[in-house]
Amino acid sequence: MTPAMTHHITHHLPEPMLADYAAGRLGHAFSVAVAAHVSLCDECRARLAAHEAAGGAVLETLPPEPVSDDLMARVMARLDDPAAAPPEPPAPSGIFPGPVMAALKGRPPRWRSLGMGIRQSLLHAGKDGSLRLLYIPPGRAVPDHGHEGRELTLVLQGAFHDETGHFGVGDIEVADASLEHTPVADEGTPCICLAATDAPLRFRALVPRLLQPIFRI
Amino acid sequence: MTGEVDTISEETRLLIRVRDGRDRQAFAALFAHYAPRLKAMLRRGGMGEAQAEEVVQEAMLAVWHKATQFDPTRASASAWIYRIARNRQIDIFRREGRPVPDELTESPPPEPDAADALALDQETRRLRAALEALPPAQREMVERAYLGELSHSEIAAATGLPLGTIKSRIRLALERLRHELKDLRQP
Repeated sequence: MTPAMTHHITHHLPEPMLADYAAGRLGHAFSVAVAAHVSLCDECRARLAAHEAAGGAVLETLPPEPVSDDLMARVMARLDDPAAAPPEPPAPSGIFPGPVMAALKGRPPRWRSLGMGIRQSLLHAGKDGSLRLLYIPPGRAVPDHGHEGRELTLVLQGAFHDETGHFGVGDIEVADASLEHTPVADEGTPCICLAATDAPLRFRALVPRLLQPIFRI
Repeated sequence: MTGEVDTISEETRLLIRVRDGRDRQAFAALFAHYAPRLKAMLRRGGMGEAQAEEVVQEAMLAVWHKATQFDPTRASASAWIYRIARNRQIDIFRREGRPVPDELTESPPPEPDAADALALDQETRRLRAALEALPPAQREMVERAYLGELSHSEIAAATGLPLGTIKSRIRLALERLRHELKDLRQP
């Protein structure tokens, strides 16, 4: 059973982002966050399927481009070759949906302290953005930060609230560069989030800007 | 098989034959239909001739191997193959691979509900008709979005989202799918 069934999700992905995921136009970090949210959210799963239906309609109406004469024979010859099967995506485990398990390479998170009890596990950092898990103790605030680009925050355990609302398991917050927010974890359970950016983060308070390249945040 | 099933699209019926019977003849027919269209899609995305055929090969092999997961009440053949091809393309070209949502744990029933499959198929046909009925400039924008040439925000910036009819069709499909998924969740 997936965790989604027991949670009521109220914060969803915007339509253009689902369409861009379907069309393969999102960077890696955002793609993981979108795939992880869809794993937990039936509504966004259906909306993604609708975009894929539109993609299928476009595919169907494209003027066909002839393929090499022997292409079909080459494919037919490989049908029984087990090595030609695409790899199976990793299964979900605990609070982590399959796409997050893939980003973790099947291993438990390697937490590093950011101070104040807050920890992060960096999963991906590249020119197209960053992907990390955040661990926030109950009642603790993540320091006020802005970001150059957009940031997606998906709750995997516990809950947080900030200036824009309350976010529980499966909820995803979409923040653009103009939002300076201070997420605070709910009391009770520690909050674990998946955070994806499409540009490097800039923290205001916790880590001096000069240290950012060292912490890779 | 009831009479209704016979009216769902040829491609979806072929894919069901591949799924249920590992039917090579049906697969060959699917290949003949989709390989040239997938190649066109990849070429429009800027891929070279040889590379595009490489990805077409891998995508069609993925269709063969993943056919067991095909559920005609949740996707038409064209939507499902669009997704499989996109996933395979990104798997091949990005070091990190394509992150894909977890499959629903319920496996497709061996005898899918013919009426549901037919309803989805009809919706797909209406979606396609709506696409073809768009004025050429708008249709091109929608095509470029789903072919991955433009992002949806770039399209919005250029034209103010000319998705009108398409969007309402998508919304209909969404309503229906959401309903289906809710049913799936009922014990």
